[in-house]
Amino acid sequence: MSELIDLTAAQAADRIGAGEISPAELFETYRQRAAANELNAFTWVADAAPDGDGYAHNTPLGRVPIAVKDLFCTEGVPSQAGSRILEGYRPPYTATVVKQLAEAGAPLLGKTNQDEFAMGSSNENSGFGPVLNPWDRTRVPGGSSGGSAAAVAAGLAPWAIGTDTGGSIRQPAALCGIVGLKPTYGACSRYGMIAFASSLDQAGPLTRDVTDAALILRHMIGRDPRDCTSLEYPGEIELPKADDLNGIRLGVPEDLTGAEGGVEPGVRDSFDATLKLAEGLGASIEACRLPHAPHALSAYYLIAPAEASANLARFDAVRYGLRVGGDEDLATMYSRTRQVGFGSEVKRRIMLGTYALSSGYYEAYYGTAQKVRTKIAEDFHAAFEQFDFIVTPTSPWTAFELGAKTADPLAMYLNDFLTVPMSLAGTPAISIPSGLSDGLPVGFQLAGPAFSESRLLDAAYALERAIGFDGSEARA
Amino acid sequence: MLDHTQVLHVARLARLELSDDEVGRMAAELSHVLDHIEKIRELDLDGVPPTSHVIDVVNALRADVPAPSLAREVILAAAPERLNDGFGVPSPGAA
Repeated sequence: MSELIDLTAAQAADRIGAGEISPAELFETYRQRAAANELNAFTWVADAAPDGDGYAHNTPLGRVPIAVKDLFCTEGVPSQAGSRILEGYRPPYTATVVKQLAEAGAPLLGKTNQDEFAMGSSNENSGFGPVLNPWDRTRVPGGSSGGSAAAVAAGLAPWAIGTDTGGSIRQPAALCGIVGLKPTYGACSRYGMIAFASSLDQAGPLTRDVTDAALILRHMIGRDPRDCTSLEYPGEIELPKADDLNGIRLGVPEDLTGAEGGVEPGVRDSFDATLKLAEGLGASIEACRLPHAPHALSAYYLIAPAEASANLARFDAVRYGLRVGGDEDLATMYSRTRQVGFGSEVKRRIMLGTYALSSGYYEAYYGTAQKVRTKIAEDFHAAFEQFDFIVTPTSPWTAFELGAKTADPLAMYLNDFLTVPMSLAGTPAISIPSGLSDGLPVGFQLAGPAFSESRLLDAAYALERAIGFDGSEARA
Repeated sequence: MLDHTQVLHVARLARLELSDDEVGRMAAELSHVLDHIEKIRELDLDGVPPTSHVIDVVNALRADVPAPSLAREVILAAAPERLNDGFGVPSPGAA
């Protein structure tokens, strides 16, 4: 058993392909670990391995089961987006990326816990209780894809998918010591993802290593007629193989990594050590400017709540989900259902977004934020003229204690300082573990221009091998 | 700064009932967040076009060909209240 969970997903797929292990045994091993669920990482776990139908033996993903963030709709399976307003909701259809992964041979292992509607950076905003960090169970796993990150780190799932709106894949990956990738906006279909902020939401992998991330991302991309913002991906996702970083120019944006970002000393040390390794592999490292990036957080916390306030209008107690006040008039039913069904962070963001879009304030808040977004995208565009990748720590700090930031929404929002700029620019970014600080994982973020995923994965792979991070402690 | 009247106005726009306690907390928390966010209004953004979407897609239309949707029974199965072949809701006027 223990040998099975020490395999990466790609290694497990290879062993299955060679007939050395059985897919049913692998599924059952993970199913039992997921069902025991001591980290509260899962909101639903499959009863049994799917039968052979639809999961042919020679599939690209080798019948290695996958954990899926709760907000992906999965036909007949609870899909609650971490919210009590959707408790018990079983959608009549499956999200495109989940369907594509199943067709490529990754059956659904379970649904993972998350911050409600993906709003949060600690998983403490889940309607189903917080997820615990497998490195230290008194600490948060990050969020919002915290269940997916904790499950992969703890060996409760071989691999997982999540969504990233302002850092919700990269930050929990960093805090749990695994790999997380946010693709280029438009690379993956958003059809069947319960929407938070539609101009920012992207699905992506959370995996034990860079190779696993490349392997599933391959099967997530592509244009979907059901999502008119999805794009035909230019080329394919290559499996990474680089041994070095010769000729690669890395830019360190001091606008983000300087004093304002509040990067902890232990995180800074790990970041600097990783830059040294990159230099040793042949990369050149220089300071770069992203002058508007420090304003990204402010723009984000207007744009994302504004879009959320519109998206979450659909929870009206009419077509699905919770209903409260059905004996009152229609407007009272709407507002009472939403009072009872939404958690406090979701209410806060709906209020913030509604205010930013309201008559008299629209131009001053939402309009200004959209212009800042233009400047941020221009900053990245200019930086990528000079640099292959921009690198930062993924999170300013390591996993913090449960409850440490819940009393101050603004302090919680600062978690996203280093990840939000790439989200606003729509560029891909990956977080890989770069080491430990006081026994807790630190994440290293690389961001590249639109559709540079294969090159990004290649660089991350070379660095991953040089770093030699050992995540086995979290699976013990 | 948001006062209680503004909070109640925004809550009404958002179809969100708030307890007295929530109104007080919301006023304080939103004011705190907005104080931080308002820094972007100091930037010189004259003549900068707004970005609503980072990808350059305009009028992504599909062919206008009818195709089957999900069956009515399937959709109605999740409804809190069903009325014949539709969704049941309370009257807008009743109380």
